[in-house]
Amino acid sequence: MSNIAIKAENLSKVYRLGMGKRRHDTLRDQITAGLTSFISRNARNSNNSESILWALRDVSFEIKKGEVLGFIGRNGAGKSTLLKVLSRITEPTAGLVEIRGRVASLLEVGTGFHGELTGRENIFLNGAILGMKKAEMLRKFDEIVAFSEVERFIDTPVKRYSSGMYLRLAFAVAAHLEPEVLIVDEVLAVGDASFQKKCLAKMQTVGKEGRTVLFVSHNLSAITSLCQRVIWLQSGEIADNGNPHQVVSNYLSASSQIQPSQKWPDPNLAPGNDITRACSMRLHSNGHNTDVIDIRQPIIFEMEFEVLKPGHVLVPCIGLERDDGLVVFVSHDRDPEWRRRPRPVGRFKSSVHIPGNFLSEGRFIIGAGIITEAPLKVHFDVNPAVAFQVVDSFDGDSARGDLAGQMVGAVRPLLEWKNELSDSPNPLLSHR
Amino acid sequence: MSRAVVETQRSLGGDPNEPAVQIKPRKGWLHLDLGIIWSYRELLYFLVWRDLKVRYRQTAIGAGWVLLQPLLTMVLLTVVFGKLAKVPSDGLPYPIFSLAALLPWTMFSNSLSRGSESIVGNANLVTKVYFPRLILPLSGVLSPLVDFAVAFVVLIGMMIWYGIAPQANIVTLPLFVLLSVLTALSVGVWLSALNVRYRDVRHTVPFLVQIWMFASPVAYPLSLVPEKWRFLYSLNPMVGVIEGFRWAVLGQASPDFLLISVSVGVSLGLLAGGVIYFKRMESKFADEV
Repeated sequence: MSNIAIKAENLSKVYRLGMGKRRHDTLRDQITAGLTSFISRNARNSNNSESILWALRDVSFEIKKGEVLGFIGRNGAGKSTLLKVLSRITEPTAGLVEIRGRVASLLEVGTGFHGELTGRENIFLNGAILGMKKAEMLRKFDEIVAFSEVERFIDTPVKRYSSGMYLRLAFAVAAHLEPEVLIVDEVLAVGDASFQKKCLAKMQTVGKEGRTVLFVSHNLSAITSLCQRVIWLQSGEIADNGNPHQVVSNYLSASSQIQPSQKWPDPNLAPGNDITRACSMRLHSNGHNTDVIDIRQPIIFEMEFEVLKPGHVLVPCIGLERDDGLVVFVSHDRDPEWRRRPRPVGRFKSSVHIPGNFLSEGRFIIGAGIITEAPLKVHFDVNPAVAFQVVDSFDGDSARGDLAGQMVGAVRPLLEWKNELSDSPNPLLSHR
Repeated sequence: MSRAVVETQRSLGGDPNEPAVQIKPRKGWLHLDLGIIWSYRELLYFLVWRDLKVRYRQTAIGAGWVLLQPLLTMVLLTVVFGKLAKVPSDGLPYPIFSLAALLPWTMFSNSLSRGSESIVGNANLVTKVYFPRLILPLSGVLSPLVDFAVAFVVLIGMMIWYGIAPQANIVTLPLFVLLSVLTALSVGVWLSALNVRYRDVRHTVPFLVQIWMFASPVAYPLSLVPEKWRFLYSLNPMVGVIEGFRWAVLGQASPDFLLISVSVGVSLGLLAGGVIYFKRMESKFADEV
């Protein structure tokens, strides 16, 4: 028992969607809301129960001292919420966590950095924010500066730093924390390749020094190489917990099972509320209902939904993510016909056209839902809804041209380029 | 060590010297746990230090603003109230009469504004790092204290100019400075927590400060307030601060100590309520800010 560093029991965290988070931003809203609730208390209650989001639901786990544990899961699965609860930034709605040892959490690189302060000053400020004592910082100062490779600019305000220098300095401070428990959220996703490599190496040594490390990342190869155990979170619950390779492969196979279409034949099981309910969602491209899409072809996403109660302005919306979790874009239905216009009861089909020659190659996942924008209310939100693969046929007429190697970027638009031949070549050059 | 911590160690069967924490939803409203602030005093120091370092960066006259602000206000008040309106000044030259009030007032109003903006203004910290949140309004309230110390030089200069020597009363000065900080903190704690949920606070504070200044004996002496309204008037804790401050520095007639104790009482009451409210709202800051 004494070798347990963290023990979480039935941890839950509930957010009130739309209504809760920014429910009464001004006193006036609070007063009007107070009046409304007095008049129609029951109506409001029924609304409330449906705008609840369980960011975490009955999550229990134990972490041994010195264990390096990774958390994976899709966007919105509750990873960051869990780290926030463990870091004591936000309070759980229910459940209990016990943590043994000094905790440092690194949810962001360079928290509290101030642009007007010099590198030297920021080391001290950031160190204090992350929980280092002044004596400790003085002792480690030279080491931090050496690690950051910004010796020459240490007395320059960090607002004049390049983003790379800024990140290196910020990570250098964090890397010299010596907590017993280190909580890290996706810090490796920033910076260039060499910086990421350096961070990974540092994380590896931290793990080997016998400290407990909790680590969230979308970088699955980093997770498998660093962690001794992986927990996969899905919709706020633990979907799998165990050997990293096993969990990661289960996770990948689950995400590859997302189909290019979904149907809810039984309206009682369909996502939605008493105002609107989803019927089906599907993708098609070039007339085919398929999940493999030619990079040059437009993609149509179609959502059918039933409006059960008239008088609400309903806005279908989608979010498109790459399979590593990067959000490529979100888009809300701006069909002028239904702008600010309450929808009558009936079955609607809403479709959105994603142009060809726009997304890059790779696997993408679409989440879709229906909201009311003002005041914000989420009627349903299905994520993941559908998934698809974008492929390039290498015919030479896509944005890739005849390039065979890797092309980075979440989007790969075919942009218009123009070239003009200047009629008078530079005489200095022509004589060489 | 708090009871929860001890319990944790027992349940985990560990070494009691190793820090342990228990995270769970807080119940009840009297769970203040103020002792923890002491263990975060270095963070408090660095936040005040940051504030001071940053405030006058990239200004042409830098810390000169600390001296200019009360001086210019003094000139303004002297012209409008001293010369034009001929407001009495308890037998003192009007400039020094107003300056002796402006120093604690400027500190108070800066502390109040910074304190009430402290949580929202540091949202990046609140959502990313754990520390006792009360550190933020505390740091906001404390940083103007340094400005005050610098600006005090102006008052000393003016006293030499007018040939006013400090008397034994001067030893009580720190008490009134403390009372001013306490008052700013008590209001700052309330407003900083309210500001997280209601951004109206941000727009209200400038008015509040303005109204409060006219409700305090900054530009006019207490003797101008009719006797029957004095008690109501003294519910404003800044009345005690300013009267006491003038007395400590300039040593005119001894102030009404009953009035000052009312100020202390109101200030402490506000602070206690503010801290309780703040601690109640604290757990939602990261979700709402």
